[in-house]
Amino acid sequence: MSIDREKLLDIYTRTMKVARFDEKMRSLLMSGKLATIYYTMRGQELVTSAMMAALNQDDYLVTTYRGQHDQIAKGVPLDLLIAEIAGRATGTCKGKGGSMHITHPATGVMVTTGVVGSGLPIANGLALSSQNKKDGKVTVTCFGDGATNIGAFHEAMNMAQLYKLPVIFFCQNNHYGEHTAFADHTKVDSIVTRAAAYGMKGVKVDGNDAVAMYAAAKEAVDRARAGDGPTLIEAMCYRMMGHFFGADFSYMPPEHIEEMKAEDPLPKLNALMLEHQFPQAELDAIVAGLEAELEAAVEFAFASAYPDADEIRKDVFEEEIAA
Amino acid sequence: MSDTATLETTAPQAKVKQITVVQALNAAIDEAMAADEGVILLGEDVAAKQGGGVFKVSSGLSEKYGEHRIRATPISEQAIMGACVGAALAGMRPIAEIMLMNFVTVAMDQIVNHAAKLRFMSGGQTNVPMVIRTTTGVGVGFGGQHSDMLEAWFAHVPGLKIVTPSNAADAKGLMRSAIECNDPVIFIENILCYGLKSDDPGADYRVPLGKAAIAREGSDVTLITYGRTVLDTLEVAETLAGEGVSVEVIDLRTIAPYDEPTVTASVRKTGRAVVLHEAVRSYGTGAEIASRLHESLFNDLKAPVQRIGGAFSAVPMASVLEQAWIPNKDEITAAIRTTLDWKR
Ligand SMILES: Cc1ncc(C[n+]2csc(CCOP(=O)(O)OP(=O)(O)O)c2C)c(N)n1
Ligand SMILES: [Mg+2]
Repeated sequence: MSIDREKLLDIYTRTMKVARFDEKMRSLLMSGKLATIYYTMRGQELVTSAMMAALNQDDYLVTTYRGQHDQIAKGVPLDLLIAEIAGRATGTCKGKGGSMHITHPATGVMVTTGVVGSGLPIANGLALSSQNKKDGKVTVTCFGDGATNIGAFHEAMNMAQLYKLPVIFFCQNNHYGEHTAFADHTKVDSIVTRAAAYGMKGVKVDGNDAVAMYAAAKEAVDRARAGDGPTLIEAMCYRMMGHFFGADFSYMPPEHIEEMKAEDPLPKLNALMLEHQFPQAELDAIVAGLEAELEAAVEFAFASAYPDADEIRKDVFEEEIAA
Repeated sequence: MSDTATLETTAPQAKVKQITVVQALNAAIDEAMAADEGVILLGEDVAAKQGGGVFKVSSGLSEKYGEHRIRATPISEQAIMGACVGAALAGMRPIAEIMLMNFVTVAMDQIVNHAAKLRFMSGGQTNVPMVIRTTTGVGVGFGGQHSDMLEAWFAHVPGLKIVTPSNAADAKGLMRSAIECNDPVIFIENILCYGLKSDDPGADYRVPLGKAAIAREGSDVTLITYGRTVLDTLEVAETLAGEGVSVEVIDLRTIAPYDEPTVTASVRKTGRAVVLHEAVRSYGTGAEIASRLHESLFNDLKAPVQRIGGAFSAVPMASVLEQAWIPNKDEITAAIRTTLDWKR
């Protein structure tokens, strides 16, 4: 399997943007400058970057509370994203959504849900609209391993295959649903085996292998765009911290911690870049550029005003609620 | 329309076509689909192969518009609801047909957490112009899981509109408006009303959302209701008119957000009010309306607002029990008399 250098660099840039963002968020939370619920994606930076690199800007994305990596990799601007997380009026959603409900149609981010599994049926609807309108768009919906045990997953998989919808079910299997390990919530070895139950194509891939992950993503996107129907991708990865920022994860056995450290996508990707003859200096320059963008975004967010209280009456319905 | 009517008073009376509620709904959806490619319908058994729906509301539509627009679905209410939410986000105007209102409960997450809230949570960047059509009704012996009126559950959720027609003309006009609404609308049909006939209001007829109808004018007491119970109320009003009691009947048509100005003005005029619904009385929408009337008209009221609704049990099957459960004309009459006889 090979990958062209330009695409690899694209994936690297997206991955590092996510990584720098996440580190910054954690430091803001740690220092008390930011106080909000934040689901760190440490360990899942690459898996989603390779997926999103296979999409166009106007393709649709539906993701979850643990979705800031998906949103950034899809293209949501950092300044609007951070302002939203910080509850500012300049945020993507005027501070009304927060990290669990990021929406940014300009980059195709149509829904971020805090309810496990609920994005999948909605993704079908976006894909159904593309099928009817023949607009050529593909919809990706991200979710975790734990989400594959909720009814919505099964209903959505069946309907997607029945209608041959241009949708990709992108499961980031990070081995845990909150505190519960995969083997303690599911009795099949792999989520991907469930695709067969719906007559759907399923692919299991090492999400921390940029080349393999991109190939799987690209194939699924091409199939969907060609009208050949949905794919379930099970991308193996690790959640390298607690369920949300600050949460305890002492329940993870030491062997698991060792394994995930060895599979950390960031050093792995850096090594791959060097293997592909990208000089470290060039990579460092990219990261420095991302740092500058990030600093400016944080500054923008914290300099922004909070929303007006009368926002409570707006956007409930199209017409404003009377005071 | 009324202008035309006065102009044509000398013309011979053309016999107006009558349509049933089912025909009215079918016609409204048909017209909306012809006018807008984005209007689609998803539901169980809705296409031609399945006979055009259990209650035949979508009869003939898949033949006309194709199975990509009239989509027969698996028995997957969450998937139906979610697909409609997603399609609506992408700018379509989907209609989710949920066979019976009790089955809406298995899709609550999509309605309450998503359809209702996405406009707000996205800061107005997205909206969900979908209609959730469903039917229900007490009186046909379907028992506890096929008869409930659950409008109060949805009325409690900011972001949802709830509509129910009591006649065929309103069914047509409200359906067109619901489809054109840029927010999610729950459209409650009543099984017992499907065969009711009205004069055909004609093509492209619309009844605005949020506007109640004065179904009968009166001056002594205001009866506020919606859906099938409008019929019972009109009968009671007719009977009481014989005794010299003048009952004003308001058919809300939109249950939430309801037409408070019309309701308040009427009760200010009559000084007495009874709120009636088929749904369980306790914690029902009647409680909200009564409470608002007490808040706004406390000094004008000649009696406390009376509430009538279903009994506090599951809807029973046996006909005698079902009839005991459901609000009846005697209860309506008694509630009206209570307001008339009230002594401070
Ligand atoms: C319907 C529902 N049930 C429970 C929760 C609480 N909850 C939030 S995240 C989560 C774990 C989900 O695990 P997984 O799908 O593997 O995603 P991950 O968090 O690992 O990315 C749970 C149980 C929820 N948000 N929604
Ligand atoms: Mg997980």
